[in-house]
Amino acid sequence: MHPLIELKKAGFSYGGGDIFRDVDLHLTKGSFHFLTGPSGSGKTTLMKMCYQALMPDTGTIKVFGKDVRAMDRDDVAIVRRRIGVVHQDCQFLDHLSVAENILLPSQVAGRDVTQDVANLNQLLKWVSLTDHMNALPPQLSGGERQRAALARAVILSPEVVIADEPTGNLDWDMAQRLLNLLIELNKMGKTVLMATHDMNLIRASRQSVSARVLRIQGKQVHLAGADL
Amino acid sequence: MSILNSLGDVFGGDKQADRIVPPTGFTARLTSFTAAAMAFLTVFALALSLVTGRLADRWSAELAKTSTVRISAPEAQLAAQSTAVLNILKTTPGIASARLMTEAEQHALLEPWFGSDLPLETLPIPSLIEVVEQEVGPDMEGLRLRLTAEAPGAVLDDHTRWRRPLAAAAARLRLLGMFSIVLILGATAAMITLAAQAALAANRQVIQVLRLIGARDNYIAKAFVRRFTMRATVGAFVGMLVGMLGIFALPAAAEEGAFLTGLGFRGWHWMIPLVIPPIAAFVAFWSTRFAATRSLDRMA
Repeated sequence: MHPLIELKKAGFSYGGGDIFRDVDLHLTKGSFHFLTGPSGSGKTTLMKMCYQALMPDTGTIKVFGKDVRAMDRDDVAIVRRRIGVVHQDCQFLDHLSVAENILLPSQVAGRDVTQDVANLNQLLKWVSLTDHMNALPPQLSGGERQRAALARAVILSPEVVIADEPTGNLDWDMAQRLLNLLIELNKMGKTVLMATHDMNLIRASRQSVSARVLRIQGKQVHLAGADL
Repeated sequence: MSILNSLGDVFGGDKQADRIVPPTGFTARLTSFTAAAMAFLTVFALALSLVTGRLADRWSAELAKTSTVRISAPEAQLAAQSTAVLNILKTTPGIASARLMTEAEQHALLEPWFGSDLPLETLPIPSLIEVVEQEVGPDMEGLRLRLTAEAPGAVLDDHTRWRRPLAAAAARLRLLGMFSIVLILGATAAMITLAAQAALAANRQVIQVLRLIGARDNYIAKAFVRRFTMRATVGAFVGMLVGMLGIFALPAAAEEGAFLTGLGFRGWHWMIPLVIPPIAAFVAFWSTRFAATRSLDRMA
């Protein structure tokens, strides 16, 4: 099976120093990966390379079988519609309502937004935000914002969901609730890559999902073993 | 066709897309104000160009078909020389009519300069003969020679001396008016480009979010282009209306001050300023598109 996202000997440096060297990563369809490592180890950088917010200095990255270096900005935009991204800081347009923010990917993709309204209602119900659909993002709590960001990430039914420390600012219950939503998506066939430094959360997920845990160490990505 | 399509998108396209750009008070006001001010100035520059054109045509037409013979001679010879000049003029090909101006007409000509109380009859005023030329006028040099020979006190003035500088000045003013309009368009484009760049820089975060969720640069640019084009069009429309009202409110043309009071539009010329808002929209469209493309390239 071809990986949806594939990094081969990818390297990235910043300010004269290497962040990564010779990183190999394969995200196959339906897989669930945790990406872990201490703060500043480069989790966000690696994830940004996966959705082409950053380009590798060395090596190759293929997304949906296409070399990212061969893509122009329009190609990147099209590819990003197939990858849902959830950031720790959510990144909403604060002057638009929660519902409008969730529908934004559909709008920018040129789809008939009215046809996505049924989707929207289901999603709002799924993330328990039906009562907040007309609220502005700054009026939401941290957990609500993360759930709204997840709903926005999946409105176009992407094949891959990348979540960068989505539970970083949440309490334990809310973090588990968000993780469960990601696990549900994975069970629906979505490929999930989630960055977290919370080992307890990873351990808690073991009963629900068969996930691989990747650890960034020594500028390289390793598959974590029994020491987890 | 693609330009028309793009302008069509701006005025009738995805109105929801307009909402993705947060309302920004300062740049909105700046763009609208700039467009309004420039449209207002354009109306006046247009009026100036048109009135100078009209004046140049009128002066040329009125003065070109007439000339004057002035006879300065001792009082005893004045009548004889006037008669001689009239006879010469009657037999000269190219002259439609010639008549000696009455004292009352001469007084009327001098009244604006000396007032009505001055006893003009006590002054040695030369006789004036008004000459109306045919379509193909006379041989002026030949006529001058004949007049010099038969009426030494007669001087033929075919108004060339007046007409040329007036026509040249009017043409220069018209050119300046046109140049002003070009400058106004350039300044409008520069101001809108700067305002659009400021708005794009201020909305960097919005652009990043839109790119993250799969928006093409063209979609992002369109949202900004639409916003600025609409603002500029509305501003230009208001500026044009105020300018036209200003012109309309000017005093009506009068003989005493034909240039100043004649500044305005006549007949179908009132329709010309109506092209200002569409031109402002066109300028704003391309200025913002240019600014957006450059800014998005830099943010890539």
